[in-house]
Amino acid sequence: MTVPLWMYLLVAAAVFCIGVYGVLSRRNAVAILMSVELMLSAVNVNLIAFWRYGAPSDIAGQVFASFVFVIAAAEAAVGLAIIIAVYRSRRSVVVEDVNLLRG
Amino acid sequence: MLELNATTLAFFVFAILSVGGALGVVTSRNLIHGAVYLIISLFGGAGFFILLSAPFLAAVQVLVYIGAIAILIIFAVMLTRSMTNMAEVVNRQWWLSALVGALLLLMLAVGVIFPVWGDGGLLPNQPVSDQVATTDELGAAFVGGEDYVLPFEVASLLLTGAMIGAIVLARDTEA
Repeated sequence: MTVPLWMYLLVAAAVFCIGVYGVLSRRNAVAILMSVELMLSAVNVNLIAFWRYGAPSDIAGQVFASFVFVIAAAEAAVGLAIIIAVYRSRRSVVVEDVNLLRG
Repeated sequence: MLELNATTLAFFVFAILSVGGALGVVTSRNLIHGAVYLIISLFGGAGFFILLSAPFLAAVQVLVYIGAIAILIIFAVMLTRSMTNMAEVVNRQWWLSALVGALLLLMLAVGVIFPVWGDGGLLPNQPVSDQVATTDELGAAFVGGEDYVLPFEVASLLLTGAMIGAIVLARDTEA
């Protein structure tokens, strides 16, 4: 274990910020969902890094990361189902075309 | 200074996979290529889990993220035929989004990571001990009857709810 903690944090922060850029800039809803997955994965790397460097004998860190996996799976399933339902009614997955609630 | 051994070398390889894959996800015009880049990035994350002595979570990362979520995304891309009619990949505020992302990274690095965990920072940046909890203990914590049984069952319930909700949402109403 010679890699200091800040390197893990820096890589995870970089992936998270790339995900933020993807969520804010992409027009395709599936691409936005992929960026969200990137952000969740980066957060998980952060959690495990803090667990390994801060409290490695306590199992709580790994338990927490496991629940993030569960949330990511549920989010992906529901998100993609919504995208498919929107595509069925609007024939498009571009988020600007989904404007039914615009006043 | 960081000595160059197998661990640090592996770290840099996984870091390149992770960040490079992430850049590919947000820049690729073809969404199938984006999904492949996502898989590469998630493999980098799984490598980090191995380096951080959490092998079970690395396996879960490969199984759940790559085996399930990435494949689900590829299915959604194919079902929605979204590759064909995409003249513009990014919206009009993409430069603002890039600015937000870059500023967030700068803020995190300069404001949080380096002052607190950098060399000579507030908190130690090396592991406090090499006594690492094992996968056996993780399993016992989940279903052993004392620690995390209730959250574990609630998570199962959430997954069931998400699965039923996804089926109901994506179902063809005329059928």
